[in-house]
Amino acid sequence: MTATSQCLPTETEVWSRLEAVTDPEIPVISVVDLGIIRDVVWDEGELAVVITPTYSGCPAIRVIEDSIRDAIRDLGVENFRLETRLSPAWTTDWLSERGRERLRDYGIAPPACGAAQVVDISRIMNRRHRAIACPHCGATATQPVSQFGSTPCKALYRCQACLEPFDYFKEH
Amino acid sequence: MTVCDATLDFSLRVGDSCLILGQRLSALCGHGPSLEEDIATTNVALDLIGQAQNWLSHAGEMEGEGRDSDSLAYFRDAHEFRNLVLVEQPNGHFGDTMARQFYFDVWHYLLLSQLIESSDETIAGIAGKSIKEVRYHVERSCDWVVRLGDGTSESHEKMQAALERQWPYVGELFEAGPHHARLVEAGIAPALSTLQEPWSRHVGEVMAEATLTVPDRPQSRAGVKAGQHSEHLSYLLAEMQGLRRAHPNAEW
Repeated sequence: MTATSQCLPTETEVWSRLEAVTDPEIPVISVVDLGIIRDVVWDEGELAVVITPTYSGCPAIRVIEDSIRDAIRDLGVENFRLETRLSPAWTTDWLSERGRERLRDYGIAPPACGAAQVVDISRIMNRRHRAIACPHCGATATQPVSQFGSTPCKALYRCQACLEPFDYFKEH
Repeated sequence: MTVCDATLDFSLRVGDSCLILGQRLSALCGHGPSLEEDIATTNVALDLIGQAQNWLSHAGEMEGEGRDSDSLAYFRDAHEFRNLVLVEQPNGHFGDTMARQFYFDVWHYLLLSQLIESSDETIAGIAGKSIKEVRYHVERSCDWVVRLGDGTSESHEKMQAALERQWPYVGELFEAGPHHARLVEAGIAPALSTLQEPWSRHVGEVMAEATLTVPDRPQSRAGVKAGQHSEHLSYLLAEMQGLRRAHPNAEW
């Protein structure tokens, strides 16, 4: 079959295909659930996919971009471009409900909502840490071990009830 | 000098500072005092290098000669770098690393909280992205200054000495480049002198909590912004740029 305009996927079809593209570091969550796909639009015969990086130096972004390219080619689209949009900056508030649940099932505590505010510097230190529920046993008696974890997006916590360490997808 | 040239210069000042500090911190990978701190240090390095990439890309666009962030990072020599002399200082012991980070992070956060309102949309975008990351940097370095300052008598003494050693490089944080006034007029960047008061206040509060004494001597080290650096930068660049220069078109 030749690639005529009739067999090109619709924007909705592209979105559903991208739901199968996962984050290489957290393979249970898709790039759509992560909120990094900002737009999918046909622009005069060219498909534009707009993405926003999570962290400025996130090493996974190149792999994610390659996976997105492969997924789009799988749909038979050759004429496309990936655009990077920095503003508005990505926030964990864009994580979908489904994404949050999948994180929890995977053993990562999902991020608290509404936390991505710029605050006065005097309020940064000693800020009260939210009660983060342990993804293993559900207890809220947990303690931060380090604000930096195995990937830029995660902090390290410990549950005082079941004593298990766990990752927290930190609010951003 | 046009506003565009002044923006180029400013983007290099912030971007080079992020890059050089990121490179310094990267050298600690595998050498942290504990696993968590090792991971934290390299995470901060990663954030800063990512931010540098954004700033240097913007600088390259302003320059308009087709140089991207990689060519600016790898193919400029020491005298062309515009980073703060503070960030090129050696890692020393953990207290030295934290003193340098503490002074820089507080300044960086205050600067970014002004730049998110920049009339240059790209700068506002980079700042909006960076500030969320830098919030965690500030939290960590302030926390360490308190833990070490208010720790044992040995850690207190070492932290105080480290903060004294880095102090002469602080003056430069508030020193404007020769054309910075153009950026202030255009609403692109704040006057750097306006950061001094909130910086001193916050640094003072953290040091008081840490039972440390704010150094009682001038911060100034005038003239460094003209592209003068300490002896340390060339060695750092040799390591950072060597591979890239030996194989300029290598891909992997």
